[in-house]
Amino acid sequence: MSALEQVFARCREEGRAALVAYLPAGYPDLETSVAAVRAVAEAGADVVEVGVPYTDPLMDGPVIEQAASQALAAGFRLSQVFEVVRAVAEAGAVPVVMSYWNPVLRYGPDRFARDLAAAGGAGLITPDLVPDEAGAWLAAADAHGVDPVFLVAPSSTDERLRMTTEHCRGFVYVASTMGVTGARSEVGSSAEGLVARTRAVTDLPLCVGLGVSTGEQAAQVAAFADGVIVGSALVRTVGEDPGLDRLRELTAELARGVVNPAAAPPAGAGA
Amino acid sequence: MSPAVGGRFGDFGGRYVPEALVAALEELEEAWRDAMGDPDFTDELARLHRDYTGRPSPLTEVPRFAEHAGGVRVLLKREDLNHTGSHKINNVLGQALLTVRMGKKRVIAETGAGQHGVATATAAALLGLDCVVYMGEVDTRRQALNVARMRLLGAEVVPVATGSATLKDAINEAMRDWVTNVEDTHYLLGTVTGPHPFPSMVREFHSIIGTEAREQVLERTGRLPDAVCACVGGGSNAMGIFSGFLDDEGVALYGFEAGGEGIESGRHAARFSGGEPGVLHGAATYVLQDEDGQTRETHSVSAGLDYPSVGPEHAYLHDTGRATYEPVTDAEAMDAFALLCRTEGIIPAIESAHALAGALRVGRRLAEDAGDEVPVVVVNLSGRGDKDVDTAARWFGLVDAEDLVEAEQLKAEEPVSEAEGSGW
Repeated sequence: MSALEQVFARCREEGRAALVAYLPAGYPDLETSVAAVRAVAEAGADVVEVGVPYTDPLMDGPVIEQAASQALAAGFRLSQVFEVVRAVAEAGAVPVVMSYWNPVLRYGPDRFARDLAAAGGAGLITPDLVPDEAGAWLAAADAHGVDPVFLVAPSSTDERLRMTTEHCRGFVYVASTMGVTGARSEVGSSAEGLVARTRAVTDLPLCVGLGVSTGEQAAQVAAFADGVIVGSALVRTVGEDPGLDRLRELTAELARGVVNPAAAPPAGAGA
Repeated sequence: MSPAVGGRFGDFGGRYVPEALVAALEELEEAWRDAMGDPDFTDELARLHRDYTGRPSPLTEVPRFAEHAGGVRVLLKREDLNHTGSHKINNVLGQALLTVRMGKKRVIAETGAGQHGVATATAAALLGLDCVVYMGEVDTRRQALNVARMRLLGAEVVPVATGSATLKDAINEAMRDWVTNVEDTHYLLGTVTGPHPFPSMVREFHSIIGTEAREQVLERTGRLPDAVCACVGGGSNAMGIFSGFLDDEGVALYGFEAGGEGIESGRHAARFSGGEPGVLHGAATYVLQDEDGQTRETHSVSAGLDYPSVGPEHAYLHDTGRATYEPVTDAEAMDAFALLCRTEGIIPAIESAHALAGALRVGRRLAEDAGDEVPVVVVNLSGRGDKDVDTAARWFGLVDAEDLVEAEQLKAEEPVSEAEGSGW
């Protein structure tokens, strides 16, 4: 059983969804990013997505894009991502990496999978690599026991949902809205429908991302998904408070949200 | 013949995109293939080319310019004489008709020099589509005239301040818009890059340049040219003219990239001299990148060539040796720009001036090895230089620097609200 399979099985036993926290490596600098992933792991994140800062993050909204450029300006180097991954594992959460494809391609897919596994990384999420183009990555991931995680979107046909989930391991990243990353006042109503359509073609855990920023929204999503992914809202708190207290508070709030969805207050009642 | 198989040109091309866009790309590919087999569509496109764009564009021999190219014959394919002033209109009319055919109401586009933006805004006005054009903030300053032109035509121009604030960042922003609004929006991509089917589709819409040029040069000289020259940013005008000669093995194909301040300076946009295979903007191709796969900043005097990636078919033609790619520096391009102005009375786009500089080089080489017959070089003059007059005036010091400062101050003092509230 892979580390991701284990964490989702444990959450299922506990009758809750998993909290998946996204933070970019190297933001605002390497040292703070290491402290930040430790903080979210200790405050209740089950899985931590370590983002690779990239010059052309076309799936990301302004918060994550700005964080990526700041990390690059501060001198982030790709090999440092493994240091951050190691910190997540040491803090007791399951690390996965999220990266656009070109940095991985340039590093060498096989070498990347090997170094990711050696650092304790469980998987790689690829926002701009669909299984159709992923032959080299699937082989490398297989060889080093790393789980490939692909995205499904509201526009995915049933045929593509089936094909994509067949190539996923660990979990499936369900992009709940059409659009880029960023906190939204409402999580798209398409999320629940897309989860149901994906559920019909796979037994893998389904994690919903793009738009969740509060404990209340996390609870709403946890009612129908196996994992709740939160990114921009957490990244923003790191920018606002590098002391990381607000990051810990928000993570704890989100963790409470995913634990007991049935007890969550109704929409609009405040979190 | 196109080497494209399943959206690939050898190792290049493909679809490196968010899953959210795959359905739209499949819809587009199907609509495009269906349309190209439908005489109603192809007849309408041909009618627009003839009655609206003014095709066929002429082939102009430029003997006084050619004296500086070793005395070979130089023929210019005059895409600068198209409506909107560049080759871009060929592709835009095709894609705009496809947009209507797909039942979409809104087009978005990226632009560097503004030529593609102007062409898109024009077609949107013609066909009643909403239009948003993304343009790097640096480029909006370099090409202020084209920004005004787009706004006059009813398009919304969105300056993009992220990254290097040039063409690549405008593409990122257009992709983001497309991911969000793909249901009612077509991304009218302006060059032969991006995910499949864009490289093949845009090339097909521009192949009319090569088809016409081949017929015209045969008629004019009684034989095929020795060389065909074009500038290469994304590479659409080059693929357009190359496509007419790909199967003619005796015709050498040359693409000229932005050498900026020289390859050794690091300030350039020459992907085949300084880049490596990688993935950017949805396609596997040559990319200017560092050892971590981060895209490098580029530089060129020409906004339209200031781009770190290149169409995947060019990558294929480079690797197979069918086409040769060379850098041309800012200074060489501007010298050729001035030369064409002074010898032939034609002000070219600075993009096209890179091809002219390359043609001077190629012509001199051909002249050295020439036998009895005078070699023939065809240059794709992809656009006219109206938009570049300000850049050229500064480059050559044709205006008093103090006058420029004063003019800018006067502009800055004008109340902005008047322009915004004028109904445009």
